[in-house]
Amino acid sequence: MISLNVNGKNYAVDVSDDVPLLWVLRDYLKLTGTKYSCGIGECGSCTVHINGKAERSCAISVKEAKGKKITTIEGLPENHPVKKAWIQEQVPQCGYCQPGVMMQVAAFLSEKPAPSADQIISKMDDVICRCGTYLRMKKGIQTAVQMTRKEGK
Amino acid sequence: MNPTISRRSFLKITGLTIGISVTPFGYTLLNAAEVKDFNPNVWLHITSDNKVTIYIGNSEMGQGVLTAQSMIIADELEADWKKQVQIRQGENKDAFKSPLLGAQITVASASMRGFYEPLRKAGAAGRAMLVKAAAETWKVPESECKAVLGTVKHDKSNRSLTYGQLCEKASKLEVPKDPLLKKEEEFRYMGKPMPRVDVPEKVRAKAVYGLDVNDGNVKELKGMLYAVIARPPAYGAKPQSFDQKAAEQVKGVVKVMQIPMGIAVCATSTDAALKGKDALKVQWDKGALPDMDNAYIEKLMMADLDKPGAKVHEAGDAKKAISEAAKKVEATYYVPCVAHTTMEPLNATAYVQADRCDVWSSNQNLTTCQDMAAGITKLPPDKIHIHTTFLGCGLGRRAFPDFVPEAVMISKALEKPVKVMWTREDDIKHDRFRAPMTHRIQGGLDAQGQMIGWSHKTSCVSIMKPVNPQAIKDGVDYYCLWGLWDAPNSPHWNARIQYEIPNLYIELFLADLPVLCWPWRAVQNGPNAYAIECFIDELAHAAGKDPLEFRLQNLKNNKRATRVLQTVAEKAGWGKPIPKGQGRGIAQHGCFGSWVAQVVDLSVDEKTGKIKVHKVVAAVDCGPVVNPGPLVEQIEGGNIMALSTALKEEVKFAKGGVATSNFDNYPIIRMSEVPEIEVHMVKSTDKIGGIGELGIPAVAPAVANAVFNATGARIRRIPLTPDIVLAALKSK
Repeated sequence: MISLNVNGKNYAVDVSDDVPLLWVLRDYLKLTGTKYSCGIGECGSCTVHINGKAERSCAISVKEAKGKKITTIEGLPENHPVKKAWIQEQVPQCGYCQPGVMMQVAAFLSEKPAPSADQIISKMDDVICRCGTYLRMKKGIQTAVQMTRKEGK
Repeated sequence: MNPTISRRSFLKITGLTIGISVTPFGYTLLNAAEVKDFNPNVWLHITSDNKVTIYIGNSEMGQGVLTAQSMIIADELEADWKKQVQIRQGENKDAFKSPLLGAQITVASASMRGFYEPLRKAGAAGRAMLVKAAAETWKVPESECKAVLGTVKHDKSNRSLTYGQLCEKASKLEVPKDPLLKKEEEFRYMGKPMPRVDVPEKVRAKAVYGLDVNDGNVKELKGMLYAVIARPPAYGAKPQSFDQKAAEQVKGVVKVMQIPMGIAVCATSTDAALKGKDALKVQWDKGALPDMDNAYIEKLMMADLDKPGAKVHEAGDAKKAISEAAKKVEATYYVPCVAHTTMEPLNATAYVQADRCDVWSSNQNLTTCQDMAAGITKLPPDKIHIHTTFLGCGLGRRAFPDFVPEAVMISKALEKPVKVMWTREDDIKHDRFRAPMTHRIQGGLDAQGQMIGWSHKTSCVSIMKPVNPQAIKDGVDYYCLWGLWDAPNSPHWNARIQYEIPNLYIELFLADLPVLCWPWRAVQNGPNAYAIECFIDELAHAAGKDPLEFRLQNLKNNKRATRVLQTVAEKAGWGKPIPKGQGRGIAQHGCFGSWVAQVVDLSVDEKTGKIKVHKVVAAVDCGPVVNPGPLVEQIEGGNIMALSTALKEEVKFAKGGVATSNFDNYPIIRMSEVPEIEVHMVKSTDKIGGIGELGIPAVAPAVANAVFNATGARIRRIPLTPDIVLAALKSK
């Protein structure tokens, strides 16, 4: 049994240590918002937060996540600026990669609330979106930054 | 999106229901009340609770079809979008077959082309029936009644009734065959930006994709198994041996079974199935063509250009015209295989029971899913239920649902619900790629620089041969030719070369290769437009003319192509000076009833061969615009995908199979490489055209033409990777 803390809830899962966190989230906890796409940490569709940091759940074993605070897209609040901005700017097309992208953006903005255009690009250059929503993602990030700024005031 | 409601619960609600019956000659609007054994999955249903439920039979893959098709119905019906309209994904039913394509299939940019008119009529018919029902209730002339946002009003007497109050009476009326449609100035929703209905649930992670289907969100799947399949590493390879026991000893593995596609490992979780597959240690034979690699394919397809092929089209005498021309140009082009790589790998979940078969899948082709499942289960088609989820992209790949039969076969054998997942490696290695092509084009110009002859020989891997060989007549597979030529009376409309060429000859050779190919966004409009538009640029250069002028001169009777070219030129500042070191290229293309012209600005680093694209401008004419936002998104996304193929993508082959396996060795464009993109819509009153694929064809040639403009080097193949560019610059 491995105990996990996901989105503030404790779970005990009967699974071996080496299973990627991704499959535990999807198959055992039925949290299917976290997506499988490449399985080798290349695309970012499976990104979750572990102790607040963006990590690729396909490339991290459940053992490594044990005892840490895991947040998935389902645990990112509905009123989070990134979610709101993604709807306002109509970022997703097929939408499959977007939960992972949004998790990466949310972690990035919590570290760097006012990134420059270059910082956004260099941080987001390791995600793949086959629909080609990159320009909308950039806009979404800028909108989320503005929303956070307004909320802070 | 609630998938569907059951027939029983549906029949409890009475109301007005309008659907269609598709015939080979078109469609007829039907009132469900007229149909004896009526099918609940019709287009629009108005119920006494004053709700308008719209069922969409096309698949949603981010193109916004749920929103756009619903907008058409809601507008003509004069329904209240916010308060009344609810949208459902339709099941596999004849009522959803495209009047244009004859199948329930979301391809060929045909969702709006095929359904714009029928959906408008369905909405308008509903409105007319509701108005008539109100007029009869009040005993006033229909002309004094007006439908406004879900209510019929009689202003003279200040009376009104909601659609909910009227729907039962309206359902007793005959459906008007030719209801009066709204005038454009009366449109309430069409032409105005409407947020896509699928976006909020996608952002909130409530959207269910095929791979997300499980016993948590579909209760019938209790006790489901997860399966992966060990698939042959080379085309035609057969398993020689595998360690079934080792796989079965993996904790969680329930069953190992051989099926035609490979060796399936079924387990209680994905990770157990994957471990079981690794334990199989399958030994495969060498397959059909063990020598095949990229060099083999390119060499063979270049040699094909010297072999006699099938004559596709001949007008005038191209050979004679070219031999007598004031100027002659010849060029050969190569476009390699590219992969679909939808972000959601292929998958399907099936549950075969004695009297029914259910399939949950992200697919673009419900008709073929149904046929495939019926073939395996021997159940009648009406016992096959295809539940289409959201698609983690389609790009054409999901229109050939080869992922469905394996799930059905395994479920049938195990009598349990089974989800089959393709790993990313399966998804790439067993993709059906965009067909590779070689082109040799000869062109002749008269003394004024007018085109007088064009002779075009192409070799292409047949798209239809592996799935429907009967579609190939006299050696011609038109799927290979779209953008260059098409069959007579094709439902794809303007899929032929648009230039005015008095002497035109086209010949096709079907390359003898085991590589599996299938439509990839825009089908062969991509590779054909690339060759045509690069060659046009070469002809313009030979004629000493500006590439824009030359195109306009040779398209002078084509108003739509002319308009997009003029618009893109104006918006991109064509003819104005560009920064030193930069190059600018132009291209145009028409397909699926729409036209596009593109201008690309880029620079080439002559030391590294690296191309930096600075800006892409598009001008688009697709006829009437229903939802402008997603339309621009489709062009932007298509342009970005096309840039990826122009600069980076090429599938690698080795030892008779696919060597490319995952995103670490299949480069796809990333954020840092995406330029500014401007999309300009040209106001048009022409017939509605498609938009989902239009962003692809004209980008790669505009890039290649811009590279020539920047460097003077003609590179006659894509992708324009740094090593290819450097080699071309050196040999210049």
